[in-house]
Amino acid sequence: MSDPMRIRAQAQGDKVTVRVLVSHEMESGQRRDAAGKIIPAWFIQSISAVYDGKTVMSAQWGPAVSKNPFLQFSFKGGKAGDKISISWVDNHGDKRTDEAVIS
Amino acid sequence: MERREFMQKGSGATVLGLAVAAGLMPAAAGAQNAPGWNKTAFETKSLNDAVKALGGNAPVESKDLILQAPEIAENGSVVRIGAQSNIPGTTQIAFVIEKNPSALAAAFDIPAGTDANVSTNVKMGQSSNVYAVAKAGDKYFYAAKEVKVTLGGCGG
Repeated sequence: MSDPMRIRAQAQGDKVTVRVLVSHEMESGQRRDAAGKIIPAWFIQSISAVYDGKTVMSAQWGPAVSKNPFLQFSFKGGKAGDKISISWVDNHGDKRTDEAVIS
Repeated sequence: MERREFMQKGSGATVLGLAVAAGLMPAAAGAQNAPGWNKTAFETKSLNDAVKALGGNAPVESKDLILQAPEIAENGSVVRIGAQSNIPGTTQIAFVIEKNPSALAAAFDIPAGTDANVSTNVKMGQSSNVYAVAKAGDKYFYAAKEVKVTLGGCGG
């Protein structure tokens, strides 16, 4: 249904920096279509990252986050070769989870 | 070019709207909120109200909280903002854009072991004060910066 996220996780020392590019419309609910009707809001409300069974980042987003959102964070204790998984849920109840290997 | 892109996006969303109206989309496509999503907080209009809805009270300005935001954003639909908190025990970082229709843009929970340093892209309807808010213990801190927007990213 939705395109995969692009996840880049790089280990440097004991720290892993994760950059995520999500493919999502993030419609704000403020815009109007050609007929003047408000386009309903459609956006990711929650996103989280799990490493080794532990949540290393979670966030709640509002409609003000940009279309095709970008996100960067870093955490300690990650190892190269391990997997990190990112999941989101939007206000339509759609979900997506993608995994990436830490390099 | 910018406008053309906008028009195309607009019509794409219309098709989706019609599909929903015609019942082509599953029932789950109706608006519903993700579990745990703080609806009240995302409906607030000011820094103080947003902090209140997140469970705090009057935030204090802090020099240990660094907000990265451009002085001038040419395109309000993609503004890169980031925040780094050097306040020990930071457990949450939120971004508040004062003049957006809903002030709170995003709230990140920072578990132990994760750096209190996040960045993301946000939309800004017009030039506005942008705040980074950090929670440490049960206290809230903020850092502010004014961002001038040349082309708004919320209207049409």
